[in-house]
Amino acid sequence: MTRPPVRYRIITASLLTVAALYFLTPVYWLIVSSTKSSADLFGTFGFWFSGHPRPLGNLTDVLTYDHGVYARWFANSLLYAGIGAVCATLLSAAAGYALAKFPFRGREAVFNTVLAGVLVPGTALALPLYFLFSSMGLANTYWAVLVPSMVSPFGVYLCRIYAAAAVPDSLLEAARIDGAGEARIFGRLGLRLMTPALVTVFLFQFVHIWNNYFLPLVMLSDSRLYPIQLGLTSWIGFSDRKPVLYQYTVGGAFLSVVPLMVLMLVLQRYWRTGLTEGSVKA
Amino acid sequence: MSRDTLSRPEPLARRAPDGARPARRGSRTEARNARAAAGFVLPFLALFALCFLAPIVYAVYQSLHKTERTGPLGLGGQEHEAFAGLANYTHALTDDQFLAGFGRVLLFGAVQVPLMIVLATALALLLESASARGIPFFRSAFFLPYGVPGVIASILWGFLYVPGISPLVKIAQSVGWDVDFLARGTVLWSIANIVTWQFTGYNMLVLIAQLKSVPEELYEAARIDGANAWQVARHVKLPLIRPALVLTGVFSIIGTLQLFAEPKVLRPLASSIDSGFTPNLHAYSEAFVGNNQHVAAAEAVLLALVACAASFVFLRLVGGRGKERG
Repeated sequence: MTRPPVRYRIITASLLTVAALYFLTPVYWLIVSSTKSSADLFGTFGFWFSGHPRPLGNLTDVLTYDHGVYARWFANSLLYAGIGAVCATLLSAAAGYALAKFPFRGREAVFNTVLAGVLVPGTALALPLYFLFSSMGLANTYWAVLVPSMVSPFGVYLCRIYAAAAVPDSLLEAARIDGAGEARIFGRLGLRLMTPALVTVFLFQFVHIWNNYFLPLVMLSDSRLYPIQLGLTSWIGFSDRKPVLYQYTVGGAFLSVVPLMVLMLVLQRYWRTGLTEGSVKA
Repeated sequence: MSRDTLSRPEPLARRAPDGARPARRGSRTEARNARAAAGFVLPFLALFALCFLAPIVYAVYQSLHKTERTGPLGLGGQEHEAFAGLANYTHALTDDQFLAGFGRVLLFGAVQVPLMIVLATALALLLESASARGIPFFRSAFFLPYGVPGVIASILWGFLYVPGISPLVKIAQSVGWDVDFLARGTVLWSIANIVTWQFTGYNMLVLIAQLKSVPEELYEAARIDGANAWQVARHVKLPLIRPALVLTGVFSIIGTLQLFAEPKVLRPLASSIDSGFTPNLHAYSEAFVGNNQHVAAAEAVLLALVACAASFVFLRLVGGRGKERG
């Protein structure tokens, strides 16, 4: 194949560079600003380091402020996103597998209801869910955020499509003839064959829960149950009275963004394969 | 053949080989099937019912009721729920602030969603046609903001918008451009910028995945036929990524209607953002500031209805033309 002419290559490279500048500038600002004190945050040029950067001092301040509440928020976020995503993945896998592999009456009705769930905006549900949970006494507990996080209609959708294509009926029949029970077949064969789809569902749900703001905001009033996002906005809310919190918010934002960005970059290929799960080679 | 299942779920039932076939395996297998399936589906369905169906039912119920207080001037005394008919809906639909919020997100969606998808498509096509060096770097750079939650992104951009702190404003002023990102007329587009920044790379990745699933020979054939890079992109690649475009379109529309975190975080910085800037913000304020659950429930129901209607209309609009390639 002939390479495109130099002129095109230059145009392409410059367009890509401009786009990269746009996407990276705020991240660069965050890195620079996480080394600044509150005074420098306001007093020095945002795109360059101040005269006395204190990257480690800032991070220690963030982690030790208010008896280390930041670490607790971080752990909460991990708990919500980790446990929520694992449960959501397993539940979706089982439901998707059954919807793909067992013909039963009402199957399409069930599937269509779940599909409609994909299109219902999550935040429109969050308020009624709060009213419901608070009437059940569940609001302002870990469960209030965890339980809704375990449900992923989109996950069921992906798992069904994937299972239909990737789990051969002949294999299931063979296992049945060998006398294996359905649960065992699912655990040993189904889950293994569906692994690529499961990784995708897990990632989607993990990021979805980690980024979710509305649900914890309406559900939680006890700041010890907050995930990071909620905690940081509460710091910002107090920073008028306590300006050092600006610096802590920026530092905290930096700390919280690093692990997720690493995760994104390392697992990029799973996002790619995952999103076209509809195109598994059937 | 199944490349477009994501956007068009209907053919699935026909495709799933074991399900669509009329079962003639005897009622014993059928019963066994049903039992096994129930064991797998019920745990999910129970939680789905609790977290999706129940809140919808409860919201509809609440939206049709109101709290009445007995006692002098309606103060103190006993509280009880009374049927309110459509009063809460009338209240919401005659609330100028709520309607203005709806208008705002619709305007936002009409501008930001196409803009973002065009940008994502352009970047995907550029990356796919560029020579190999540097591509992984660019792809990662574009995708990186997706790892930044909406709240953090808004805090970040907030610092880049506020006059006095923002280096962007400083740079603009030094070249004589007096810009205010948070003014009444511009703040909506400043929010649009945050959303675009966050999600363009993600949508780009979806599109690249779709492009990659197209056999390379197809592009080669077009090139041999004398098509230049632009023509290949326009006439071969674009039609092929249509399903992914539809998918990103639907999710972007739903996302836009739910706009909440960005205006909520920017609100203390911008006086032009009021408590009803978006429908979601309005419902939230009704529930927690105005302490009016019933109106908030009605607004949540309206929001869900509009979101469903919008995505349905969108799918109809774009789906009609996709049918011929089945």
